[in-house]
Amino acid sequence: MSTGSASNPLVSDADEHIHEGHDHKPKGFLARWVYTTNHKDIGSLYLLFSFAMFLTGGAMAMVIRAELFQPGLQLLEPNFFNQMTTVHGLIMVFGAVMPAFVGLANWMIPVMIGAPDMALPRMNNWSFWILPFAFSLMLMTLFMEGGGPNFGWTFYAPLSTKYSPDSTALFVFAVHLMGISSIMGAINVIVTIVNLRAPGMTMMKLPLFVWTWLITAFLLIAVMPVLAGVVTMVLTDKYFGTSFFDAAGGGDPVMFQHIFWFFGHPEVYIMILPSFGIISAIVPTFSRKPLFGYASMVYATASIAGLSFLVWAHHMFTTGMPVAAELFFMYCTMLISIPTGVKVFNWVATMWRGSLTFEVPMLFAIAFIVLFTIGGFSGLMLAITPVDFQYHDTYFVVAHFHYVLVSGAIFSIMAASYYWLPKWTGYMYDEGLAKWHFWCSLISVNVLFFPMHFLGLAGMPRRIPDYALQFANVNAVVSLGGFAFGLSQLIFLVVVIKCMRGKGERAAAKPWEGAEGLEWEMPSPAPYHTHTTPPEIK
Amino acid sequence: MSQLDRSMFKILLFIRSVCKCCCLVLIVSFSNSLLAKSMPFNLTEGVTDISQQVYDLHMTIFIICCVIGLVVFAAMFWAIFNHRKDKGAQAAQFHENTKVEIIWTAIPFAILIGMAIPATKTLIAMEDPSDADLTIQVTGSQWKWHYKYFGHDVEYYSLLASRQDQIHNQKQKRENYLLEVDYPLVLPVGQKVRFLVTSEDVIHSWWVPAFAVKKDANPGFINEAWTRINEPGIYRGQCAELCGKDHGFMPIVVIAKPVEEFEAWLAEQEQKAVAAKAEEQAMLAMSMDMDEMMRLGEQVYNKHCAACHQASGEGLAGVFPALKGSQIATQDMLGHINIVVHGKPGTAMQAFGKQLTLKELAAVIGYERNAWGNNTGDVIQPAQVKAVMQQKDL
Repeated sequence: MSTGSASNPLVSDADEHIHEGHDHKPKGFLARWVYTTNHKDIGSLYLLFSFAMFLTGGAMAMVIRAELFQPGLQLLEPNFFNQMTTVHGLIMVFGAVMPAFVGLANWMIPVMIGAPDMALPRMNNWSFWILPFAFSLMLMTLFMEGGGPNFGWTFYAPLSTKYSPDSTALFVFAVHLMGISSIMGAINVIVTIVNLRAPGMTMMKLPLFVWTWLITAFLLIAVMPVLAGVVTMVLTDKYFGTSFFDAAGGGDPVMFQHIFWFFGHPEVYIMILPSFGIISAIVPTFSRKPLFGYASMVYATASIAGLSFLVWAHHMFTTGMPVAAELFFMYCTMLISIPTGVKVFNWVATMWRGSLTFEVPMLFAIAFIVLFTIGGFSGLMLAITPVDFQYHDTYFVVAHFHYVLVSGAIFSIMAASYYWLPKWTGYMYDEGLAKWHFWCSLISVNVLFFPMHFLGLAGMPRRIPDYALQFANVNAVVSLGGFAFGLSQLIFLVVVIKCMRGKGERAAAKPWEGAEGLEWEMPSPAPYHTHTTPPEIK
Repeated sequence: MSQLDRSMFKILLFIRSVCKCCCLVLIVSFSNSLLAKSMPFNLTEGVTDISQQVYDLHMTIFIICCVIGLVVFAAMFWAIFNHRKDKGAQAAQFHENTKVEIIWTAIPFAILIGMAIPATKTLIAMEDPSDADLTIQVTGSQWKWHYKYFGHDVEYYSLLASRQDQIHNQKQKRENYLLEVDYPLVLPVGQKVRFLVTSEDVIHSWWVPAFAVKKDANPGFINEAWTRINEPGIYRGQCAELCGKDHGFMPIVVIAKPVEEFEAWLAEQEQKAVAAKAEEQAMLAMSMDMDEMMRLGEQVYNKHCAACHQASGEGLAGVFPALKGSQIATQDMLGHINIVVHGKPGTAMQAFGKQLTLKELAAVIGYERNAWGNNTGDVIQPAQVKAVMQQKDL
């Protein structure tokens, strides 16, 4: 165990200074970062990796928007365009959003529950170090003859089997690696939360970020094997002559979609539940008021997770299902808006009659609430099956899921980063630059994604490299919004680098007046080993 | 002071760059909008009773969302403006209220039930294709649509009519750029038309917004959909499911005609089909010379083959094989005719035997054997193609 050095118990006392050399950090790059079993180091690795992937996937989005700036084919061939949309999606889902949440979990869960480290530190190391290999494999395929995956991140058969490029095997192996990494991460989170809570830290005292991650981890364990199954079926259909998805051999291409979305829909909640936890930490802090409806938040999260297994076919209304099935999936999907609504109401009620201040984490949290709710509304519209026939596979859907994933999940990750950067680095971020980052992101993200609703309603299908002339003006605006949003994220890079290099004010143990939780009772930066003796829970 | 000046300067710079961007957008917009119809900003009401119901559902749910949004965000922004620390607000300490929580669970539930009832009715009506007056089989393949009128001897392919030079910005784009086809689907007004939708290769999706019909075309399976058009006109749609490289280039155009006009059109097509078969027979005795073959062959090649094998015959490395200098296009003539006529199972190479006439097949095969320096000198005749066709048929 990495926590063997119990001889130097770090009590959570603000004037206990951490001196160089007293924190038992391993010496040397290899030992510190490659062999590390320290949850904070692994958390940092996850976060940095996910940011690198965010920029990579973002660069691909820029390429897509450059091609779509005007009608006609200017920069890309359609086949490469399809590779860009596919790899952009895969990288953002599996490389940016998910690892960022795992990074936050690694850093914050042990600290929040009073545990000295994650329960399975070596597995923790492994689950991170798989990822760079997985994504190298996937990115490599772009340089192969025939190109990388070009069948959409949803890789519907038979486009991904009979008609896919030779690199599909590498894509399959990359997805397998990502799945293994996620499952190990999830096991670690569950074991840690269940076993390593400090005495007195009962389940209903857990911070909501911990609760939402616990539920997310169960979702991951339930569905990642399903994803592994479906990619394996693609592999054997393509290379070993099976016919899971080929009618000629007794299979069914629509079965692919059922299996994929049985993974895919819970996956959507995997990417948003931890956000709910983050927002539920930030809003009370800057409202200086306890979270409204803690228990109902926990139950709402659990019921969203439960319902997420019953709604997968709402991605497939046009595939030709029986009416009874369409009705079932429509009703279940509409039901999800109830627990989600409860969460939004609770956040607003938390702010109500609070004593509000608007530091950057709070700004991102408020933007999250408004923009995620807009994404929720378009989700409710998409649930109505007869209307979904019109929205399905258009830019309306693109607008919907980018509202919940970019101004939802990504904004919550930004909020979390600003909220905990002082704790991680020991320095306050540059408030001026951070405000620039926020306002530029907020404006550009809406210029980027809001007009997409109109494109979809006017009839522009998604995943096309060229479009009819009537869509030209709006696409030009969308592209400019896209470039502005992409550039705005470089400000964030500067802010983070400044903090990491120790430029800026030193952060107090508790830099936020209204913050509560064990993480604020230890010095900033958090010592290398924390809670080596269990903290006292009030 | 200087701090203030600097930030003012920064703001001015920012405003200037925003203005520049806006100008750019305006210029681009203007140059495009010279030709384009203006884009509608809402869903179409369409031209069928069903599409009207769908539009009404869309507006209802949209307005409900707007009202809920207004209430929730109004409360939030009220708090943001009034309950702030710099206005001296003291935080209250309440953190639950069972009554309120029950109310805001129950009200959305009631709204959802109100929404589900009309949605259910419309959905059940949409999924009832019984008692159709006319049945049409719609078959998607990479990257075209095929229409077959049941009970009539009429069937044809429908391909994108926008040309490559427009796509590659060498020529001015026409008004209906990417939304125009060579042979549109023709339908009668006022009759219930049933569509049987399927695919020959990957999944496509047949979508005409004006009818509120979008149905996936699944290979090996048949989906049903239907429409009853109220007004004559031209209605345009696109493939809605990613189906490979040219997914963006397989539009749908429907011409809706009054019943009498439609029937006259259908009869004319049947006659044409008979005439074409007779011509096919006559063609067997005919022989093309090299010039005619190359001229016709190039046209056919650019329309049907160039999307994959490229106009240069070089293909796309690792995706679509090259014809230029390939073994099959320079040596094995029977194999070459065979693969064009019957396709290559398990790949994107389609069977063109039923898509093209004998003369077109002969010309395009001959073209491939002589273009791009293949120079085999072979002149292929319709009779040779027919012979290969029959061989395999037996």
